[in-house]
Amino acid sequence: MKYQSQKVAYAYFLVAMGLFAIQVMGGLLAGWVYISPNTLSVLVPFNVIRMIHTNALIVWLLLGFFGAAYYLVPEESEREIFSVKLAYLQLIILVVGTLGAVGSYLIGIHGGREFLEQPLWVKLGILVAAVIFLVNISLTVLAGKKTAITNILLMGLWLLSLLWIFAFINPDNLSLDKMYWWFVVHLWVEATWELVMAAILGFLMLKLTGVDREVIEKWLYVIVATALFSGILGTGHHFFWIGTPSYWQWVGSIFSTFEVVPFFAMMSFAFIMVWKGRRNHPNKAALLWSLGASTVAFFGAGVWGFLHTLHGVNYYTHGTQITAAHGHLSFYGAYVALNLAMFTYAMPVLRNRAPYNQVLNMVSFWLMTGGMAFMTFTLTFAGTIQTHMQRIVGDYYMDVQDQLGLFYIMRFGSGVAVVLGALLFIYSMLVVRREVVKPGPIAQPGE
Amino acid sequence: MSEILTKSRARNVFYGGSIFFVVVFVALTVQSHYYITNKSTAGMELTDEVVLGKHVWERHSCINCHTLHGEGAYFAPELGNVMTRWGAMDDPELAYEILDGWMKAQPSGIEGRRQMPYFEITDEEMRGLAEFLRWADQTDTQNWPPNDAG
Ligand code: HEM
Ligand code: HEM
Ligand SMILES: [Fe+2]
Repeated sequence: MKYQSQKVAYAYFLVAMGLFAIQVMGGLLAGWVYISPNTLSVLVPFNVIRMIHTNALIVWLLLGFFGAAYYLVPEESEREIFSVKLAYLQLIILVVGTLGAVGSYLIGIHGGREFLEQPLWVKLGILVAAVIFLVNISLTVLAGKKTAITNILLMGLWLLSLLWIFAFINPDNLSLDKMYWWFVVHLWVEATWELVMAAILGFLMLKLTGVDREVIEKWLYVIVATALFSGILGTGHHFFWIGTPSYWQWVGSIFSTFEVVPFFAMMSFAFIMVWKGRRNHPNKAALLWSLGASTVAFFGAGVWGFLHTLHGVNYYTHGTQITAAHGHLSFYGAYVALNLAMFTYAMPVLRNRAPYNQVLNMVSFWLMTGGMAFMTFTLTFAGTIQTHMQRIVGDYYMDVQDQLGLFYIMRFGSGVAVVLGALLFIYSMLVVRREVVKPGPIAQPGE
Repeated sequence: MSEILTKSRARNVFYGGSIFFVVVFVALTVQSHYYITNKSTAGMELTDEVVLGKHVWERHSCINCHTLHGEGAYFAPELGNVMTRWGAMDDPELAYEILDGWMKAQPSGIEGRRQMPYFEITDEEMRGLAEFLRWADQTDTQNWPPNDAG
């Protein structure tokens, strides 16, 4: 750790990992309710479990981004964070808000727009925390060295905070409500968060591969340009059937198809940098997570996104298990795995130890990634059958669901693997002190 | 390629292009806003009753089990066309009665069947909810869903 104030990232990462555990256990419980629907159905109905699952996801990803910013900005700007106190204050606000939200969900107090169910005071708390963060990090960057990485990171974080304003705008007209709702949801994950992702990935590549900064930064600008050029009008892929004009069918289909490009570019970027790089960084697990994140993001967002993004396809698949399949793999690859890559890279430095936990950590990568991939496949099969039976044949929803039991059992099984992977990851980060598998002797290359 | 595409050029293309797409997007959004209020949802008045119903819908977080116009959770049936499914699209009284009966019969308690919770909803709110669902159903959604199954 070069700068003392980087240490705040540690607290952010700890809270984020705690919420990650809650998120996946909530998901597992929701998956269980699909198999055994009477479970908790009066005490904690499915909708409450689902809110905890999705909200915990979003909050911990944001905490990870904030922590990543506090970690990498001092190194990039070559100075301490403007105010460590403010950084902790921000974290406290977010923790109180999160606990408050979960508590009020459990007693039945919540809003009713998907993902934005937080009570008003929590939403305001998030806004205040975001403002504190922006002030704190912007003053740090302005006073120090400016790089493309901090530039793009800050732009992403500023814009995503600005978009949060739309969380407060809830028109009485349902179609307007839906249209502006996507300003948060889509323009987060398919525009502004991509800037954050590119910046963090760029930072990791810089550290892990030792490739020249100039090369990395040029790539970054190209990646984020393709992200915004496609992602902004790509919002149209949600404006097909909610009361918006029909021209969105073409605008949305065409531009969202190009959304595959930035994800392909990020994957290529990661592999090319590793290929070019001469540095043999000891933290192999961080490298695995970085490559894994960009690859799974390409499949989850790029391939599974394209799968249902053309309006002729989406007419039939809209709002089926196909959507759930895509939502899981895209969030996992692009944002979960990327955050875990950053944790894997930074935690050993923050705890002032050599990367000592690589083997267990890498096992957790394969458990989680395998689990999520399997979950995606089962949900895709379930969604295909659902689309056919319900949307084409015209069978009633509940009758169709009765036919899908086997897939939901398999989804639950893959969820168990994901939860085990997540717990193993946290264990390997926090508990293990030295390498569990001794490295073999350095072999001479044969022949 | 590296000669033509310098870092500062790439940056400028990024800024310039992004501003361009934001402007186009905002213009289309404004147009869509008018289209929604004046055309696609204009078939039925947005009364206080409908607004009340929307608040009831939100307060109970129905969206985290059901989809509405295909958005939401996938645990329970689509409700954007439920009034059509019930044949109650043109009859507010019938819409209210069926909905009221349905809501009061929950949870079914049937072993192995997905459960919908019981909600405390007043008569006035229930009328609002029925009107809200009728209002959603009359929206021009470009012929989605493909059939009444939702
Ligand atoms: C990392 C980036 C992405 C994430 C995290 C993500 C996540 C999601 C989520 C959670 C939903 C469901 C929203 C809801 O509850 O209604 C969704 C819907 C959708 N996504 Fe993505 N997505 C990403 C990228 C993409 C890309 C690149 C495409 C297209 C190429 C795409 C196409 C779609 C479409 C068409 C829908 C609507 C599905 C429906 O009609 O039900 N997504 N996405
Ligand atoms: C133990 C593993 C997990 C299980 C069993 C699980 C299960 C579920 C279930 C049952 C739902 C509700 C789907 C519905 O409405 O019918 C859901 C929603 C969701 N989960 Fe998970 N989940 C798991 C892990 C994850 C992870 C790791 C992520 C993030 C990468 C995630 C992101 C989401 C999102 C974004 C939604 C909303 C999807 C949408 O609206 O399309 N889940 N999950
Ligand atoms: Fe989208």
